[in-house]
Amino acid sequence: MTPGAPPIVRRRRSTVAWRSTAVALVSTTVVLGGLAWVVVNAPNWPEVQQDFLDGPIFWESLPDLIAAFWTNIRLFLIAEALVLPFGLLLAIMRGLPGPVFVPIRGLATAYVDIFRAVPGIVVIYVLGFGVPGLQIPGVPNEAFFWAVVALTLIYSAYVSEVYRAGIESVHPSQDAAARSLGLSRLQSMRHVILPQAIRRVTPPLLNDFIGLQKDTVLVSFIGVVEIFRTAQIDQAANFNFTPVIAVALVFIVVTIPLARFTDWLVARDKRRAAAGGAR
Amino acid sequence: MTIPALRIEGLHKSFGDLAVLRGIDMVVEEHEVVCLIGASGSGKSTLLRCINLLEPIDAGRIFIKDDEITADGVHLDRIRRRIGIVFQAFNLFPHMSVLDNVTLAPRKALRLPREQAEADATELLARFGLADKRNEVPDRLSGGQQQRVAIVRALAMKPDLLLLDEVTSALDPELVAEVLNVIRELAVGGMTMVIATHEMSFARDIADRVCFLDAGTIIEEGPPAQVLRDPTEARTRQFLQRIIEAGRL
Ligand SMILES: Nc1ncnc2c1ncn2[C@@H]1O[C@H](COP(=O)(O)OP(=O)(O)OP(=O)(O)O)[C@@H](O)[C@H]1O
Ligand SMILES: [Mg+2]
Repeated sequence: MTPGAPPIVRRRRSTVAWRSTAVALVSTTVVLGGLAWVVVNAPNWPEVQQDFLDGPIFWESLPDLIAAFWTNIRLFLIAEALVLPFGLLLAIMRGLPGPVFVPIRGLATAYVDIFRAVPGIVVIYVLGFGVPGLQIPGVPNEAFFWAVVALTLIYSAYVSEVYRAGIESVHPSQDAAARSLGLSRLQSMRHVILPQAIRRVTPPLLNDFIGLQKDTVLVSFIGVVEIFRTAQIDQAANFNFTPVIAVALVFIVVTIPLARFTDWLVARDKRRAAAGGAR
Repeated sequence: MTIPALRIEGLHKSFGDLAVLRGIDMVVEEHEVVCLIGASGSGKSTLLRCINLLEPIDAGRIFIKDDEITADGVHLDRIRRRIGIVFQAFNLFPHMSVLDNVTLAPRKALRLPREQAEADATELLARFGLADKRNEVPDRLSGGQQQRVAIVRALAMKPDLLLLDEVTSALDPELVAEVLNVIRELAVGGMTMVIATHEMSFARDIADRVCFLDAGTIIEEGPPAQVLRDPTEARTRQFLQRIIEAGRL
């Protein structure tokens, strides 16, 4: 091979890459442009544009919305900090072996089944309106408190399933090796199984957290003044939906970095698995 | 008379309808090396896993020295600390360094302070030519090195009895010798061992006694020279004939 060969190969490859990028760009532009054309030429477009995309109202409502978004962030962070250990506890309870643990396993299974079946908004309603309605002395009444409880209960069910998949993906021979050395069941779980399991399920866990982050708006229905509730108030005051569009933009801005981070983790694990061989 | 290191009486074990062990009686004296031979599926691995209580047994009794380990209410974790087992597939912990693989059980099960566990482990690793690998993760070692780490990991618990289950079967041929040499060294050092193996020449070299397992019972046992050269049972002869044909004796 002549010394000049490699650059030619590279140029050819980059030509192919450039061409496919160009095709992608053009086709995307055509499709989006076409859609935009249809929307903009719809008979009622001017009214809708005014109702949903009003520049001055957008800028006026944005500071309020961002201030209210702190409530969503607090909801998200507190619920997440509770979901992580509670979901793990449920997963471990469901994995307990033998007939002795049938009641515990059954309870955990029923819990997960129920909270995955019932729509989240219903859980939020029942807890947010029902429990304070009982007026049990000493039990808090604040909507924020019950919002956190509801989100935690709902998402723990999902997250426990993610953990469980991770735990089951670790080969039983790992547990056998740990137990054969005299480690207890708990020690084997803690030091051998879980570290491997959690590493494998980090991407799906992050996915569930993107879901939790979005679902913090659901608690607006029991009166927590968070971003969506604030947008509704602004909307009613202005007879204009632009604040709701602003909510969408805020969520897009905070979620995309998390989504890219998840992708990056998945790609990194794939690279590692490829480098580490089949094991 | 001294008490044997291991005594098994009438051990039975089934998986569902499949009776794998059908009345095993076996005695292993202290410092004795016993090799288990037998066809694939004859129950060698199952027997070793039962001795280490990794499989619940259906009937029979197992004693380590004076203690019946199959009695009701025994402390499983405490018994397993006294019995080391090394598996065909190494089963090292892939998320830990070699050093952590070796020190995990001494630190957590025996509650040794980290410095002491690491000092002991470093010494053991050095003894088996692994001193420079202590900070590597298992994936970056050769199969032979991984299996030697697995042996060191078992030895770190200072077991009374070491069980080895076909520890060279997963290795490339050129890596077998380094692992067998380690086992030989342990035998010279007086370690009591039960070794399931397909390496007949190794069994002949190292074993004080060979047990031939067939369909879940030990049908012949004795010194390797006798069992491997001049077996009394027809089944043993057939088995050895097949091994010879395969060029492994
Ligand atoms: N966990 C299990 N569940 C069901 N059957 C099993 C299990 N473990 C082993 N067996 C069966 O028990 C029989 C004996 O298996 P075992 O692994 O003890 O044989 P072995 O003598 O070690 O064979 P090899 O030389 O191939 O390692 C086999 O038929 C095997 O399929
Ligand atoms: Mg086997």
